[in-house]
Amino acid sequence: MRLAVLFSGGKDSTLALSKAMEKEEVVCLISLISKNKASYMFHTPNIDLTELQAEAIGMPLIQESTEGRKEAELEDLKSAIKRAKEINRIDGVVTGAIESVYQAERIQRICSMLDLWCFNPLWKRDQQELLEEIVRNDFKAIISGIFAYPLDESWLGKEIDRKLVGELVRLSKTYGISPSGEGGEIETTVLDAPFFKRKIEVLDYEIEAKGNSGVFIIRKGRLVKK
Amino acid sequence: MILIVDMNCRKDSLGYDEFVLPIASIIKDFEETVVKHYSDVSHEEARDYSRIVLSGTALKDEGYLSKIADFEWIRQSDKPILGICAGMQTIGLVFGSSLQNCLEIGMTSIRATKENSLFSSAFKAYELHKYSIKPSLELDVLAESNNCVQAIKHRERNIYGVLFHPEVRNRRIIEQFIFLSEH
Repeated sequence: MRLAVLFSGGKDSTLALSKAMEKEEVVCLISLISKNKASYMFHTPNIDLTELQAEAIGMPLIQESTEGRKEAELEDLKSAIKRAKEINRIDGVVTGAIESVYQAERIQRICSMLDLWCFNPLWKRDQQELLEEIVRNDFKAIISGIFAYPLDESWLGKEIDRKLVGELVRLSKTYGISPSGEGGEIETTVLDAPFFKRKIEVLDYEIEAKGNSGVFIIRKGRLVKK
Repeated sequence: MILIVDMNCRKDSLGYDEFVLPIASIIKDFEETVVKHYSDVSHEEARDYSRIVLSGTALKDEGYLSKIADFEWIRQSDKPILGICAGMQTIGLVFGSSLQNCLEIGMTSIRATKENSLFSSAFKAYELHKYSIKPSLELDVLAESNNCVQAIKHRERNIYGVLFHPEVRNRRIIEQFIFLSEH
């Protein structure tokens, strides 16, 4: 089965991609570049980096920009998936949805309209387990956004390793935040994974932070040999 | 030990991660589970477990519909069985029901139409299906949405089917099934 993965460049969509590659043929990635920072579906701090990430993985990328208005952005997603169907002859779409019925049902509807398969291989997975899987599988993912108390600027740019997972789990128990950020508490950016042909080196970045909200924006990166 | 039957069209598919693992994750808090693909389940195999859950599948996966003869063991089994989505459709077809077109995706209002051991009154549930069933006389209707039959039970046996996905927003229904008395 030829599949496209909805790819934000964060840990969940990258892990979904990795699982899809184990079982099916993934032929392209799809990214929506949302101009709305509060997008319900698509915004992540380093969405512009998906082009470099796709190159690092060695996979074609279909990008579609969207104003990010609540339901209109779904039309833009549909248009991107339709392009993938026409150009890359995909049979289905994979997402990194874990818990969000809001996201899952909208993507399922689009796939149903376009007569495509839809898979969510991380669906309902335990969030601590997912973080541990990312570390165990040697993903290099950094925290690129924080949006909840008590997270602060010091978290931005940190690599997700065993120690950081432990801290996130501890905070989830004390403050009720989702350990993997499924509730939007954290955003992540993946710089390397075992199936990446080359890894991303960050050359320039900028931190914008205030209180318990902040982003780590990669301004410039390059691909380097592994 | 509870048997979870993987209803996806092939073994170890991406649908397994999405439709089987979440059910296993709920049940393992209470009892040991074994997962087998439907092509590996026979009458003899099904006898070894205390109860059986049939999973759902991806919306486009209709492989099980052309293999209904493989599920004849459901008719012969005396164990409690719960069919989810594709599982409910399969139970319906095994007991002589027919399919009815009914596309529902996302959260849907469900109302119980008959008192039963799994749920009561009205609630919302996550849906992902193209078909419901027109139940045969062997099956009672337990719940409906505005569009179609949402839950069934065999008139004499502990064989249940729910069209919605309780593993997504109504895990208590799966827990009720696990603790259902055997007779």
